[in-house]
Amino acid sequence: MHEGKNPILELHGISKHFPGVQALDDVSLTLYPGEVHAVVGENGAGKSTLMKILSGVYSADQGEVLCNGVHVDIHSPRNAMDLGIATIYQEFNLVPVLTVAENIYLGRESGGALPGMLNRKVLSAQAREVLKRLQIKLDVTAVVEHLSVAEQQIIEIAKALVANSKVLIMDEPTAALSDREVEALFKVIRSLREQGTGILYVSHRLDEITQIADRITILRDGQLIATRPVSEVSTAEIVRMMIGRPMDQQYPAEAHSRGEPVLEIRGLTRDGAFWDINLTLYRGEIVGIAGLVGAGRTELARALFGAAPASSGVIRVQGEQVNLRHPRHAIRKGIALVPEDRKLDGLILSRSVRDNIALASLGRLFKSLYVRDKVINTVAGKYVSQLDIATPSLSQETLYLSGGNQQKVVLAKWLLSQSEIVIFDEPTRGIDVGAKVEIYILMNQLAREGKAILMISSELPEILGMSDRVLVMRDGSMVAEFTRAEATEDKVMAVATGVKEL
Amino acid sequence: MTTDLQAAGAQRKWWSALNLQRQGMLLVLILIFIGASLLTPNFLQINNLRNILRQVAIIGVLAAGQTFVILIAGIDLSVGNLVSLTGSLAAGFAKINIALGVLVGLISGAAVGLVNGVVVAKGKVQAFIVTLGTMSIAQGLALLYTGGFPIFDLPANFEFIGSGTLLNIPLLVVIMVAVYLVCLFVLRQTKFGHYIYSVGGNEEATRLSGINTDFIKMMAYILSGAAAGLGGVMLAARIGVGMPTMGTGYELQAIAAVVIGGTSLAGGRGGIVGTLIGTLIMGIISNVMNLMNVTAFWQYIVIGSIIVLAALINEISKRYQSAN
Repeated sequence: MHEGKNPILELHGISKHFPGVQALDDVSLTLYPGEVHAVVGENGAGKSTLMKILSGVYSADQGEVLCNGVHVDIHSPRNAMDLGIATIYQEFNLVPVLTVAENIYLGRESGGALPGMLNRKVLSAQAREVLKRLQIKLDVTAVVEHLSVAEQQIIEIAKALVANSKVLIMDEPTAALSDREVEALFKVIRSLREQGTGILYVSHRLDEITQIADRITILRDGQLIATRPVSEVSTAEIVRMMIGRPMDQQYPAEAHSRGEPVLEIRGLTRDGAFWDINLTLYRGEIVGIAGLVGAGRTELARALFGAAPASSGVIRVQGEQVNLRHPRHAIRKGIALVPEDRKLDGLILSRSVRDNIALASLGRLFKSLYVRDKVINTVAGKYVSQLDIATPSLSQETLYLSGGNQQKVVLAKWLLSQSEIVIFDEPTRGIDVGAKVEIYILMNQLAREGKAILMISSELPEILGMSDRVLVMRDGSMVAEFTRAEATEDKVMAVATGVKEL
Repeated sequence: MTTDLQAAGAQRKWWSALNLQRQGMLLVLILIFIGASLLTPNFLQINNLRNILRQVAIIGVLAAGQTFVILIAGIDLSVGNLVSLTGSLAAGFAKINIALGVLVGLISGAAVGLVNGVVVAKGKVQAFIVTLGTMSIAQGLALLYTGGFPIFDLPANFEFIGSGTLLNIPLLVVIMVAVYLVCLFVLRQTKFGHYIYSVGGNEEATRLSGINTDFIKMMAYILSGAAAGLGGVMLAARIGVGMPTMGTGYELQAIAAVVIGGTSLAGGRGGIVGTLIGTLIMGIISNVMNLMNVTAFWQYIVIGSIIVLAALINEISKRYQSAN
């Protein structure tokens, strides 16, 4: 498909060394105009280092970058932009109080009566033109902070277009998007492809890659494993190349034996979020809650954890009615929440592994105010080895751990606090394939030990693969329950979207 | 693996008090100390060194309290005028009974700190504006209490706090050292200390770990207020008079000492050892300038430059660390 075309971007033998780690080792890659080229790999495989070299954040130790066949030195982000390489990060660089048009043309305003003056009319007209090229309908006078994540992303892409970028690097572009928004984004990507833009698409989501990408490059431990046309390689093969071993089972599901009821919820309501929820959770089972984003699942989890208390209804833990007004009440009753956004709600990133693990248990471990380092080191060390948390030391700041290991630290915190009911909200979001399986195995292990697990997930395969029972929420109500045998993707989706009532 | 980790964790114990960013400022302190002893022959005399410590003692105590507040990503602007208020109250009540004077000073400081803490933690108002308000209120209260006049003729035993010595060490310095030892212990070896760092690092995650974050925040402001109360007592005892404007501007010096010591205004990082280093750096520099007969006008400029420079050094060393 690329015959006769010259590559717009070539990387030859790129290496980059950081103290203690060879981040990239002799990696080569070619990008053609009109190509969507996916780059995949586990966390730490070198994807982001590669991206940062191309966007001028890092410089390579060895190797050569060719732009349209010409050798270039990308020594700063500004320089990368001038060369026509635009990067769209997961965190956007938009000015929230400015309009769509002002953001798209930020730093490139023209048409004012005097130098330095803005002509909003000209600006809006230009911006409309750009969005038309992307086949997107968006009010260019809208203020950016009022827009959705998906719309803000489109603005970032429009900015790149205005900057005349020929190469677009996208880092996990669908991480925060709903299915419908992903569709819209793919439409934009396809129209860019037709216009001859080369796109480097970095993602964890293999199903999306098979939909959108032309070729795929797999990295592992800083090395190039393969570059193949997407049509010629199966998902299983990709996963095997990413983790370096065959993966027998992505979801190590196992049947658990159900114990006595440990959590009972009757008529639980939080006005504006969920209504009249009834649910009984038994020891030793994993219960999945499926539903669309905004169905009230996270709000239910937060109510059960006392983080955003319910307005009415009854919660019973091991038969005893409880009033959960603050997370500490829930923790005392053995309830734990592994939150959706671990960096925001789960960890103190500036604190060490040991301090994060001990945080929720200091009150239990030490009766007086005095805290003994030795005790913390012992218990934290125990969980670090038990959960196999990869960290150079107990005093490493959690900021520097990979997503999977950060998630394990959060989990260790709740195991140490002697939780009996563990609520997982999107347990594997942003975690690479290998670490995902480890989290699943840990969940199974907890269930086997007699803990009750409630898992909220937007990834249907994860729900179906791991749950003993599947509950479905829609618009704040519990609308269906399936056994493991009954639950299929079609059935759950039909109920979650309201296409069909049971 | 486990034993290695435990060993690494245990190792942390003593040297990490001087770790990381603070190492940078410790080096600066040593360089300044050496520079000072070369520039001015009188610098190294015991009397002069004792004098420096005596001069920094009050700001040092305020800065220790301020460290708690800045560690939780707050700020306490009220402490300067609070020194005026608590110092005047202490002086007034010391005339009745010395212990009562000291107690009133401490309690009135803590009370204003409680007000700051409640409005910040429960009212969710930004600390800057809350303490800006109480800063003005404290000034007004100090003027009301004194009627605008100094309170003279304090009991000799009260003034002894400011001028006396213990084993040839000024009592003010003994108080400061005690305050720092207690703070060091509290921040490093107590649950409260762990929670202070956690709240500063990520308040919501700390709340979701079951900690009463509002209580921790209020306690930080109460400690800062109480430290200002102690500072007021010390200042009134040192100058032998209670004056309604005697602490004006102290808050900025205290905040500067904390920041020079490497505690981040963003919260969660830093500590009390750094604050002591910051306090000493400021003290030594103004002492050297006094010895060299640098005018007060220039001293303002030099101290201001030091503050900006220190913040710059901390920022650069942070960037260097994260690059590694």
